[in-house]
Amino acid sequence: MSLRQWMRGGALRFLMVFWALAVLVPHSGASAAEDLGTLVTELGAASLSKKQAVVDRMVATGAPEVVPILEALVGRDLYTRKSDGVVVIGQKTSGGKLLLTDPLTGSEVGTVGSREVKRIKTNNRLRSSVKAVMGTLTLMSPDPQRRLEAADGLLKSSDQAMLPLIETALAKEADAAVKNALQLAKASIKLQSDSAEERLAAVQSLADRTDPESRVMLSRLLLKDGDVWREPDEMVRATAGKTLASMESRLEMWRTVEHLYQGISLGSVLLLAAMGLAITFGVMGVINMAHGEMVMLGAYTTFVVQEVFRSVAPGLFDWSLAVALPAAFLMSALVGIAMERGCIRFLYGRPLETLLATWGISLVLQQTVRSIFGPTNREVGAPEWMQGAMESVAGITLTYNRLWIILFSFCVLGAVLLVLKKTAFGLQMRAVTQNREMARAMGIPTGRVDAMTFGLGSGIAGIAGVALSQIDNVSPNLGQAYIVDSFMVVVFGGVGNLWGAFAGAMSLGVVNKLLEPWAGAVLGKILVLVAIILFIQKRPRGLFALRGRAVES
Amino acid sequence: MGKLTKWKSALAATAFGLAATAGMGAAQAADTIKVGILHSLSGTMAISETTLKDAMLMLIDEQNKKGGLLGMKLEPVVVDPASDWPLFAEKARELISKDGVSVTFGCWTSVSRKSVLPVFEELNGMLFYPVQYEGEESSRNVFYTGAAPNQQAVPAVDYLLGEEGGEAKRIVLLGTDYVYPRTTNKILRSYLNAKGIADADIMENYTPFGHSDWQTIVAQVKEFASQGKKTAVVSTINGDANVPFYKELANQGIKAEDIPVVAFSVGEEELAGLDAGPLVGHLAAWNYFMSVDTPENDAFIKAWHAFIKDEKRVTNDPMEAHYIGFKMWVQAVEQAGTTDVDAVRQAMYGQTVKNLTGGVAVMNTNHHLSKPVLIGEILEDGQFEIVSATDDVVVGDAWSDFIPESAKLTADWTYPWVCGNCEKPRF
Repeated sequence: MSLRQWMRGGALRFLMVFWALAVLVPHSGASAAEDLGTLVTELGAASLSKKQAVVDRMVATGAPEVVPILEALVGRDLYTRKSDGVVVIGQKTSGGKLLLTDPLTGSEVGTVGSREVKRIKTNNRLRSSVKAVMGTLTLMSPDPQRRLEAADGLLKSSDQAMLPLIETALAKEADAAVKNALQLAKASIKLQSDSAEERLAAVQSLADRTDPESRVMLSRLLLKDGDVWREPDEMVRATAGKTLASMESRLEMWRTVEHLYQGISLGSVLLLAAMGLAITFGVMGVINMAHGEMVMLGAYTTFVVQEVFRSVAPGLFDWSLAVALPAAFLMSALVGIAMERGCIRFLYGRPLETLLATWGISLVLQQTVRSIFGPTNREVGAPEWMQGAMESVAGITLTYNRLWIILFSFCVLGAVLLVLKKTAFGLQMRAVTQNREMARAMGIPTGRVDAMTFGLGSGIAGIAGVALSQIDNVSPNLGQAYIVDSFMVVVFGGVGNLWGAFAGAMSLGVVNKLLEPWAGAVLGKILVLVAIILFIQKRPRGLFALRGRAVES
Repeated sequence: MGKLTKWKSALAATAFGLAATAGMGAAQAADTIKVGILHSLSGTMAISETTLKDAMLMLIDEQNKKGGLLGMKLEPVVVDPASDWPLFAEKARELISKDGVSVTFGCWTSVSRKSVLPVFEELNGMLFYPVQYEGEESSRNVFYTGAAPNQQAVPAVDYLLGEEGGEAKRIVLLGTDYVYPRTTNKILRSYLNAKGIADADIMENYTPFGHSDWQTIVAQVKEFASQGKKTAVVSTINGDANVPFYKELANQGIKAEDIPVVAFSVGEEELAGLDAGPLVGHLAAWNYFMSVDTPENDAFIKAWHAFIKDEKRVTNDPMEAHYIGFKMWVQAVEQAGTTDVDAVRQAMYGQTVKNLTGGVAVMNTNHHLSKPVLIGEILEDGQFEIVSATDDVVVGDAWSDFIPESAKLTADWTYPWVCGNCEKPRF
């Protein structure tokens, strides 16, 4: 906040504190509300740069109606009616129309089409300052989420007049996140104090933290405006510098943890994409260029399932992925089996033809999906529990969607291993791939096992598609982005070995993410590719090479 | 036997039908004006370019309903270069020499434009290029109806540095690794330097096409922003990579109020395919937004919905560019009385068309348009709310003033210059 703004707001903010503390006292503000009515009209007419002043004057009236009006303004629900210029709050109805209510009385004033009203414009600057002002008004709200927003607002405004209010709130606050935000706001306000001692105490109070906000506060003290230090006191500056340095050194370790996490998360995405291929290519030896399209089909199945959920049972939307998983597995597995029976089985032992044929199939599948769903991306929603991030005290963020995908990929790997090692089908499959003639002599229907194996590989690619739809675009080209990476993982890890795929995916992911911060995404990828080429020269069979007669032949 | 005769007669009928169609085609060719449409209908770019093909078909259809041009019907010739850059050049050659089109509307990526450029110059064709691009080019055979950097990138940065945009002091330049982002960021870096932002306060980062793992980069941006100065991101990230980028921003808790992102390649069409929730409050700079409230725009959207038979389809900036370009070309042909490329080119200079945002677009002699610049905030429904607009139209500048070697170049295709990249008049 600039000094000018602060001086302008000082008196008003005192009034607001007064009002915020007195909020429980029944308010009889008939004359104030009247005044508010003209202010609201003025707000509707004011240009973007003038709105701030109007908002300040509205808050100064101290009327309780201000809160819903400002909330509507920030939430982009405040409109002017084109016919008469009256300011109204509009709520979207199911029919795509707007239900209008009077901002002062809250009574309904009709329903109109969206082109009959004009939204009152806001921009990021106005919204963040309005949120800061609202912080003083909603700090005592029973809802912790609103209190948190209020505390964040107070941190942004960092207004000295708010200090007593924050102290009161801090004493009562039970929610850890809100408490944390309030403490930050308190430190931020104290840093603006006139007394160097208080500022020093505030700097020291931040010493145990590493979060970005406190680092911003401290580094601000070390900035110069021209030749003048922002922080006049040398002692405070020195302490701030020292505190910041110790924060950085503590963060250094956490950053490595963060990079590792990102690497594992990239690795698990690679693993998911490559696991199906590890079966079709690794175990069966089919160079399946349409593998990426199986992933894409899985993602589109997710989209279709979600559409059904949206129209039939919107309340159960968070469960849509649970239904999408088996659906995607079935869809991709069926297409895979059809592909194997209809085409690939005639080409066993002819890798070049298989490559060309499956590449052709991949193009056909892509264009089919493009014709059915259109060339544009499709929107796949994320369930509530996959949004947001775990913000650790150390200031590193672990995003939930990645966390779930890591867990999910491990589960899929475990399940596939179980199928291969512990079921009759797995036994037959291994038998057929190790020695086809002998297996047939023992009465195993090799043709059916081939089809089922290919179906399993494709089905796993399908459920990978469900996971990828959460982090990537659902478009006909989705598969192309993963086919090269998948082959890389399988070849690098060692053909015919699921653990090889696991080790390959994880090491590629982690190396990629460790390289990225200093080499950049493009160069990082190139370096990884070069490293793999060199590695394959040295060990042509990858990390975990299978040994035995089947391999030698 | 009976079966065989049936087959034979069927064959004969087909052959006759074919001959008839071919004959009709030839007859039609004589009294139609052919308009080439060179947009990818398959491959990676199909997502953006298919819409432009449809928009062109609609414009041509409308013109034909009004009685065509010079007493003749317009006939669209649609080809599919399949997002394959060399194929663009082949298809362009086919359009001009085999189909004999009078004008071509097409291309999206800069690399496809660079690929067809020699063909249009060699065969003296005429191309209307509708997409915002990096500038540093002015060809006699191309009319650039999208924005040059000074009509999009520079005003957007001005907004971020200004009071309304939050007075950013540090800028992150994120882009996809190809010619458009690299050139734009080169221009922006020297512009920012001129505005007093040191190199230490600029972070530049490039990612490959379709990059989907943004964890590290978003963490870096967060880190860069925690140095005590207000930070903003300027994104020239192209195409599909945008969705995972914004998702990661939202997931890591970066709000538009803290670190606003202004994008040059995110429009209504791109937003239609995704949940705009994580993007709300972030910005985009264009010359047109679907949400612009003018009678011209309302009519255009209505016509588009009627043509495409889908109320949910959106309109976007490159569509408006094609709208302006097509109208200008029609006016120029009417004025010249012929579709001859050289005559039409002369007639193009100074043509004015009411643009959809309420002003008037003018074709300048450097083959670039004068257009207004709008900055919009992304809303929940994938539309934009305009938060800033230039008072007047901005003249497109082919050669940026912020790159030393191009600052001295002038593009002007009229006497005494007659040149796309000269330091002084030639005549």
